[in-house]
Amino acid sequence: MIKIDIHKRLRAHDSEMNLRIKCKIKKGELVTLYGESGAGKTSTLRILAGLLKPDKGEITINEVSWVDTANKIFIAPQKRNIGYVFQDYALFPNMSVLQNLEFASNKAQNKKVIAELIEMMELGDLQNRKPQTLSGGQQQRLALARALVCKPNILLLDEPLAALDYKIRLKLQDYITRIHNEYALTTILISHDIGEIMKLSGRVLVLDQGKIVRQGIPSEIFSNEKISGKFKFIGEILKIEPQDVVLIVSVLIQNNVVKVIANKSEIQSLNVGDKVMVASKAFNPILYKIE
Amino acid sequence: MNWDPLLITFKLAVVTTAILLVISVPLAYWMVNTKSRSKPFIETLISMPLVLPPTVLGFYFLVAFSPGNAFGNWINELLGLKLVFSFGGLVVASIIYSLPFMVHPIQSGLSILPHSLTEASQVMGKSKWTTLFKVLLPNCKASLLTGIVLAFAHTVGEFGVVLMIGGSIPGKTKVASIAIYDEVEAMNYGAANFYASVLFIITFCILLMVYLINGGYLKRFWK
Repeated sequence: MIKIDIHKRLRAHDSEMNLRIKCKIKKGELVTLYGESGAGKTSTLRILAGLLKPDKGEITINEVSWVDTANKIFIAPQKRNIGYVFQDYALFPNMSVLQNLEFASNKAQNKKVIAELIEMMELGDLQNRKPQTLSGGQQQRLALARALVCKPNILLLDEPLAALDYKIRLKLQDYITRIHNEYALTTILISHDIGEIMKLSGRVLVLDQGKIVRQGIPSEIFSNEKISGKFKFIGEILKIEPQDVVLIVSVLIQNNVVKVIANKSEIQSLNVGDKVMVASKAFNPILYKIE
Repeated sequence: MNWDPLLITFKLAVVTTAILLVISVPLAYWMVNTKSRSKPFIETLISMPLVLPPTVLGFYFLVAFSPGNAFGNWINELLGLKLVFSFGGLVVASIIYSLPFMVHPIQSGLSILPHSLTEASQVMGKSKWTTLFKVLLPNCKASLLTGIVLAFAHTVGEFGVVLMIGGSIPGKTKVASIAIYDEVEAMNYGAANFYASVLFIITFCILLMVYLINGGYLKRFWK
């Protein structure tokens, strides 16, 4: 069980923000932090990892105090045994794939873990390559593997898939699910991709201006009203164009553009760039086998 | 031909560069990471030799290290070091005079590395020193090489400071740049040309090596 109750005044550019996070995360949960840029998601992860010191508050992990400002307790990041995947992966350019993994391990007994991770992440053929010669997806797999070498209990993922294209994302989402289950991790993920959040996480914490404004299971959070529809997809509005008496709204759902007809009253509150849910319950879908 | 001035020059450059490397790495690391208010003052002090006439430094060294005053006397008694008109004095003066040439490249090399590299290493349980020597320095080799070579070449090229503090004692503190001046004054153009051409060629070769290595030309050649 992770218990967080912290306060930190953050200064970014010309604005100030009070980060005030209070939440509990159960062992084995996969939780997503969701919110706009600057809402305090990365800062929350960094405070958990010990890379940022909160001004006030407490963090306890399984009844062990990591941070307790009242009693001047602060466990250094080196002692927290956390797996952290950075947004830019932070792979060491001077080391090969294997050396990156070996550097992350402390003891000789971790040799077995390294071999296991290389196998699991399919890095076998790349062992002697330098990170900068790998593709984005390969770098991501290495970063994930490296974060797991020291057998952490907690895995923190800071927008790990943001820079990858759609196909590779899907594959890596499967990797994340797999390692989360196989290593019995408590995982905290930052993501902007609603499809990804729905697929991966059991709970979402929505951050706004440094506070958790809503939390719950993803499907509830991302749909304002419950629809008993058979079909619902989350997408982003690309274009709204009038045609005759109706409007045609182009919505990007994952990597497909779908056109939806709407009338003027329906479109009133919608703008290009809005996240929307496309749902339908009264039609008869046809299934085509594709593979 | 008297090789002494050349030997003294290169001995001085090697010793100075070695000591500078040991000093500059922690100093540059501190400068990149510190939030201390004293940083601008330290930065200014380190950069002073870039703009100050060498004779100013030489003059103050001479005054400070002179056995006739308290500080020079203290060093003399405590460490048994006589820094005026001695090789030791040349080394101390050269270290301070060439400090910015070593610190600045290393500092800029370290500062352009993404901060996440340090943090990743920390999260893996590595200490600051392990991070510095295993992660940060190996990823700014080009800056290290630039710093080493600039400090070396700058020490070889010193004139004013070494003349003031060293006093041009043949076989002891008379370096090549001073020897050239002396020979020209004595109208020995042949001898001056000898020292000058050796310095010219060696400095050219050293700098060329840096540009070849840092530009990746050698790697391409060996492939």
